[in-house]
Amino acid sequence: MTEQNIPLLEVEDLAVEFATPDGVVRAVDGLSYSVTAGRTLAIVGESGSGKSVSSLAVMGLLQIPPARIVRGAVRFKGEDLLTLSPKEHRAVCGAHIAMVFQDALTALNPVHTVGWQLTEALRARRKMSRREAAGRAVELLDMVKVPNAKERIKDYPHQFSGGMRQRVMIASALAMDPEVLIADEPTTALDVTVQAQIMTLLSEIQAERDMGLILITHDMGVVANVADDVTVMYAGRAVEQASVFDVFASAAHPYTRALLRSIPRLDQKGAGLEVIPGRPPDPTSVPAGCPFHPRCGYAEDVCRSDPPPPQHTLLYDRRSACHFAERVVQERGGVR
Amino acid sequence: MTDTDVVLEVRDLAKTYPVRRGVVVKREVATVRAVDGVSLTLRRGRTLGLVGESGSGKSTLAKMLVGIEKPTRGEILVDGVDVTDLGRADRRRLRGTIQMVFQDPYTSLNPRMSVGEIVGEAFAIHPGAVPPGGRDKAVRELLDRVGLNPDHVNRFPHQFSGGQRQRIGIARALAVSPRILICDEPVSALDVSIQGQVINLLEELQDDLGLSYLFIAHDLSVVRHIADEVAVMYLGRLVETGQDAEVYDHASHPYTRALMSAVPVPDPTRRDRPEIVLEGDMPSPSKPPSGCHFHTRCWLAPTLADAVTDETRPDGARVPSVCRHDSPKLAPQESPDHLAACHFASDAARR
Repeated sequence: MTEQNIPLLEVEDLAVEFATPDGVVRAVDGLSYSVTAGRTLAIVGESGSGKSVSSLAVMGLLQIPPARIVRGAVRFKGEDLLTLSPKEHRAVCGAHIAMVFQDALTALNPVHTVGWQLTEALRARRKMSRREAAGRAVELLDMVKVPNAKERIKDYPHQFSGGMRQRVMIASALAMDPEVLIADEPTTALDVTVQAQIMTLLSEIQAERDMGLILITHDMGVVANVADDVTVMYAGRAVEQASVFDVFASAAHPYTRALLRSIPRLDQKGAGLEVIPGRPPDPTSVPAGCPFHPRCGYAEDVCRSDPPPPQHTLLYDRRSACHFAERVVQERGGVR
Repeated sequence: MTDTDVVLEVRDLAKTYPVRRGVVVKREVATVRAVDGVSLTLRRGRTLGLVGESGSGKSTLAKMLVGIEKPTRGEILVDGVDVTDLGRADRRRLRGTIQMVFQDPYTSLNPRMSVGEIVGEAFAIHPGAVPPGGRDKAVRELLDRVGLNPDHVNRFPHQFSGGQRQRIGIARALAVSPRILICDEPVSALDVSIQGQVINLLEELQDDLGLSYLFIAHDLSVVRHIADEVAVMYLGRLVETGQDAEVYDHASHPYTRALMSAVPVPDPTRRDRPEIVLEGDMPSPSKPPSGCHFHTRCWLAPTLADAVTDETRPDGARVPSVCRHDSPKLAPQESPDHLAACHFASDAARR
């Protein structure tokens, strides 16, 4: 959110609904964010918070119906992708915005070699010959530091370890030289030492190419390590948006504050963990007013009746969707 | 601590699986050493955290402790009695002492049984646990005990959230009043805000019922929070054990140091702390490296090699030949119950 940079990707007031047998579910409700070249935006939230759905909407990968984009804009360099036809939308994404998924084993096609998958897009869109494509595949695998790339392009996904598969996923995302990379829980299925390798690789590649990176995660440790800006989602809404240092020094939304306090830490041995009572709302029946109020220690009558202003702006360009944002931030409710 | 406090002891436990090839005639082509000579003790009312990455053998160890897998070698002692080779009846009695809580609350509960049936099934199998007339009441008490509404006894697993299902799994384990719970990654499938609730429940139950836990996890922060003692596994072997503070604050095995360094600290101001990044993946347990299993990925060994005694490892780095040929034994560090299996443990602790 720096002033001097024009955003590469801008999401404005996005709302997505799903038709389900239990009624209409609003999975994303009024989400706005932007990412500029060379910056990392972390989108944090628990399962069902809408963080993955919103990025699928950005990529034009939602199945419509049952999904429906109710309102909002997804602008890439100023062009609203939601006004394009689905085919044109995906073409823009294919050329400029790439995505890395959580589970590389299911995201890769088991019946094709890794080399084939890496270059499918190049052969289809850039009309590369087979030989050119194979050469490019080796380059890509080298870039993500898969050892012995020349031989390994002939292997199938199941012949790779979890960490190596995630590298292959990243390589295939880089094939079209994207300007924005969306990584959806890229390290969740991996062991910690491999997670560290993958996060280091992503940061290096981002710096090299000056890419905008959107990192979707539930892990506050990963956020603290790599993000510049943070968007915290709860029940389909952005509840807090600020720089990573502001969020960790003094959270401005009670949910962020509680989340930070409920994680066990390697460098501290505490007594009982502070917990957030209850659980995230069922998306078919989100509470009235502020969706977090049944679990919130700050809740008063106004929280039960009035939805908080979504873009309650505090000092220093930070936003918190809480009626009592000033109070929360003044209590410096960050990390224990 | 006296020895009477030891509720569970494992001596030199090992499990190997044969790798067979061939369609008609199956030849044994290799063996996988999933667990390779592990010794542990668990004391009454305490929590032993078992840490390791996938493939380290921690779940195989858990399965042997509850009798799902039969050890290839070694002994399991419960209250000083060897339970490694038991008949059916004795094994059933043993299950009244040791129970297990599983990782995945979505697949470890039978979707066609109500919560009451899931928790109460234990009473049918262990008739001595609760007299027949009191079983419904006992199930309701158990549900209440783990923080679920006792009136939901007739609901089915799909009607509960992940955190609540894990509570059902805990209630089922508690039904036969065990003294030892083997918890295999009990919170790793849960959302962050729910993890804390389940961890706090486990701690409360431990205080109230005097339970002993073997808490298996890959998340070192969670283990730091809950464990009194910690054991670190790598490729089927223990590489370091000790009191929680000894292992976390004075880690003496290079692998433990690397694991801890890899855990992201939720504090952006500490982003630039020096980090040990391990290269490559864990080797396959069917072909473990010679000597110290960790020498192929060790960050310390290459710094200790000298011109006379070193050797080249597969990635080209030179390491001391002792690392490549001799398997290090667990040896005491500064305190006698802090053990580390590294030829250069004191160097590892210093760096």
